[in-house]
Amino acid sequence: MTTKLQIEKEGSGKAEGRPVFLLVYLLLGIAFGIVLTRAEVLSWFRIQEMFRFQSFRMYGIIGSAIATAALSIALIKKSRLKSGSAEMIAIPKKTLGTGARYAVGGTIFGLGWALTGACPGPLFALVGNGVSVMAVAVLSALIGTWVYGFLRPRLPH
Amino acid sequence: MAAWFFSEWPWYVAGPVIGLFVPALLLVGNKVFGISSNLRHICSALVPTKLEYFRYNWKSAGLWNLVFLAGVFIGGFLASHWAPPHDIAISLATKAALAQLGIHDLSGVAPHQIFTWQALFTLRGFVSVIVGGFLVGFGTAYAGGCTSGHAISGLANFELPSLIAVLGFFAGGLAATFFILPHLL
Repeated sequence: MTTKLQIEKEGSGKAEGRPVFLLVYLLLGIAFGIVLTRAEVLSWFRIQEMFRFQSFRMYGIIGSAIATAALSIALIKKSRLKSGSAEMIAIPKKTLGTGARYAVGGTIFGLGWALTGACPGPLFALVGNGVSVMAVAVLSALIGTWVYGFLRPRLPH
Repeated sequence: MAAWFFSEWPWYVAGPVIGLFVPALLLVGNKVFGISSNLRHICSALVPTKLEYFRYNWKSAGLWNLVFLAGVFIGGFLASHWAPPHDIAISLATKAALAQLGIHDLSGVAPHQIFTWQALFTLRGFVSVIVGGFLVGFGTAYAGGCTSGHAISGLANFELPSLIAVLGFFAGGLAATFFILPHLL
């Protein structure tokens, strides 16, 4: 059994490196960029509407996205499916720790989400949409991530 | 393209379509849907550093995700060029609230009074783009995920850490909306 698993892992490693897989990820990403734009979830106006509780739209979108994903995950787990890269599909659980990183980090991201009107995916999709100044927000986000990496040993997790 | 593609997507179409990216990535390569880890991958790839957080094999961990992210940019470009630009049909209550803050130009996907190169050097442009971007990068790295990784993938997998993170997202978002924006805009 162990040998078989190892072979599957090696096999998956090879499959992963194949350009055809990267092409699939590229196409999925393009589809996601189109969806973010057409669904208008990348719009600062929609994010303001959401945080002001003045429309059900964003809550409906996020809620039904979670429900769809949860149902899909349950079906995948139940049917013990393997992925296209021949791995058993499994989602690693996050460790809770003290929970501080989720509460504090989450709140910090929330401040940025309302200020920019965008989460990370939409930041990149907005640059594609022609809101070119968002490239500065992307650069700033990279600096923010770097600073986290720098401060990480001193932050509660 | 069908007419529905160009009209406003109702929430019950947009949401499930977004949710389907979770099983799609799992089925293709056992990958967990989450955008913000790309910021870490880019730092790891581009910035030479001794910091432990960035010392890992970004190619094996994140090349697939960086390719996905490149697609998000391309998709944003394609969608905005295929469909004629239109104003976002936000609620009257939001229009009134924004007017009170001095945001009168409601055209485009983001207000031109804040998100242009000229506005970048005003206080509201600087705080919205540069400070906001920094907080997005710092916060998602600290929390270990963003809307896709925590709110969608994490909650769909019933993970407590993601629930705490999402409550934080809303606490921060509400604080910025009601305590920072009124002084900023």
